[in-house]
Amino acid sequence: METMTLLGQGFSVALTPTNLMLAVAGCILGTIIGALPGLGPSNGVAILIPLAFSLGLDATAALVLMTSVYYGAMYGGRISSILLNIPGDEPALMTTLDGYPMAKAGRAADALVISGVASFVGALLATFGLILMAPILASIAYKFGPAEYFALYLLAFSTLGGLTGNNQAKAVLAACIGLAIATIGGNSSGTPRLSFDSLYLYDGVNFLVAIVGLFAVTEVFVFIESSGKNTAIGVKIDKITIPVRDIIRTFGTMLRGTVIGFIAGILPGAGASLGSFLAYSGEKAYAKDKSQFGKGDVRGVAAPEAGNNAAAGGALVPMLTLGVPGSGTTAVLLALLMTLNITPGPTLFSDRPEVVWGLIAALLISNVVLLILNVPMVKIFVKILMVPPWVLLPGVTMVSFVGIYSISSSWFDLLLMIGFGTLGFFLRKLDIPTVPIILGILLGGHMEDALQRAMVISGGEWQYLFSSKIAIGLWIAAVVGFVAPMFLRKFLKQPDAVPD
Amino acid sequence: MSDRIFGTLTIVVALAYIASASQIKLPFLVDPLGPRWFPYIIGAVAVLAGLAMVLRPDDEPEWPALMAFGNIGLACLVLIAYALTLRPLGFLMPTALAAGLLSYQIEQRKLQAILTGVGLSGGLFIIFKFALGLGLYGVPKGWLN
Repeated sequence: METMTLLGQGFSVALTPTNLMLAVAGCILGTIIGALPGLGPSNGVAILIPLAFSLGLDATAALVLMTSVYYGAMYGGRISSILLNIPGDEPALMTTLDGYPMAKAGRAADALVISGVASFVGALLATFGLILMAPILASIAYKFGPAEYFALYLLAFSTLGGLTGNNQAKAVLAACIGLAIATIGGNSSGTPRLSFDSLYLYDGVNFLVAIVGLFAVTEVFVFIESSGKNTAIGVKIDKITIPVRDIIRTFGTMLRGTVIGFIAGILPGAGASLGSFLAYSGEKAYAKDKSQFGKGDVRGVAAPEAGNNAAAGGALVPMLTLGVPGSGTTAVLLALLMTLNITPGPTLFSDRPEVVWGLIAALLISNVVLLILNVPMVKIFVKILMVPPWVLLPGVTMVSFVGIYSISSSWFDLLLMIGFGTLGFFLRKLDIPTVPIILGILLGGHMEDALQRAMVISGGEWQYLFSSKIAIGLWIAAVVGFVAPMFLRKFLKQPDAVPD
Repeated sequence: MSDRIFGTLTIVVALAYIASASQIKLPFLVDPLGPRWFPYIIGAVAVLAGLAMVLRPDDEPEWPALMAFGNIGLACLVLIAYALTLRPLGFLMPTALAAGLLSYQIEQRKLQAILTGVGLSGGLFIIFKFALGLGLYGVPKGWLN
């Protein structure tokens, strides 16, 4: 029952007035970010990190705020899926399939409530899953030496293109771009290198600059290109009532979606988009009467919402225990941890229990707050959806700029951010994923470090990288994870989803 | 074609990257890996990825029309100007201008864009400066004396 004691301590951290207030604020912000089309969880969290940092919050408080935003965005994504037929963020894509038809048939309120409850079930159970799984995985990861870590990082990169990308070569290229950026400025032993004699690059590239550039600034350009094209007709909602019978009827659906989503979340490189996709298609395959799917079946909103919220919790497991994020948003959260000087990994659980358990307790609290915000109070967020893009987009841009400016006070970083935004635009056009770039910048240093230590231990023998069973297993998993999607893609023809 | 061009560009950049990595000055005490090897590996893998793009390109992406490209370029210039003026001119004026221009690019209505610019600049300044306590200057520093 050690877990209960630790969780109790976690609650004592999370329930301080400041942290509680931050959790509520994070949930509200997150739901808004999720609900607004074009502003997804990874963008939202990325934009807010520099601000949270310059507020001088301590590590736990910053984490509580940001993970509430993360969970909130996962809840919020469904709102515009259902009402506008535009997914608020990538993982909410599947919810449009049955959510919008339900709304058109005059059941918008029901769809919002059922999907809200499904989100709650998925996220809550996934948080318990995190409590159970994380310590187990952490205890395995304790045995990891540099050879195992190097193989693990490789596994993260090889699977990131995964099922959701289209071209493995492009995912590899993206990872190389990120890793190459990470080598700028000096290696772990402090040898200066590749800064091209520029003082600004002497310390390397700040990963927050790259993240906000690739996510937020790119989004500005994409939006300007497509402006005027996205004209969706909104649906009105009437009084919010609780469709008790539908909720009871879909409870099994929610549980199945949760299990599928959670597993998809833990797998490296999968993330919430895949979680909701698999939960939806799994439910459809399981259902006896499939005739209503795509026309407004309640199971079609319950399954993907349970799935994507469960995946969001599942994705935290490898991020916290191994330091290897499984999705775009958890990659951004990893950036937050690194900004706060917290090194995720197995030692996090023994060295900083207050951070881990405070975070977990905050997630449980956030879920309750989010259920209240997203079911009885959902109408408020529906109003926010009406913010026109000509206010929203400039607003988001200015917040990103001030965020980066407030941490570095450097015009060079702002220009670099615009540069990343432009690069991101071209990469997006060429269907080259940007998440591996972020992961490369974040993990490049660690990866080189692991390789360097392995070489020092073995005296320069490369075979050392394959010297343990765990390492060999990880190498095999990396190769399989890289090769398998090429074949699986033909069978799993899925809508144009990309990792969240 | 786009993939082939980008793939070729990748190969060129990756080779240049490897070349600059070979110029890294080695420290007096070198561990078995040294500061050069990791960049070499990345560069080599990038060359392979670039080759794959040249040899097996995907379908041509949908590039924006010339007009949209011009708009994006313009937005880019607005942002660069914003980045360069944020410090010397303070927060309020550059923000109002940049936000207004971006707003106008999305929907061509003058009054609406002006109100958006002024509103966002004032509103965000109040939030950043007074609610979040960031050390921003609203106007050029010289005006405050």
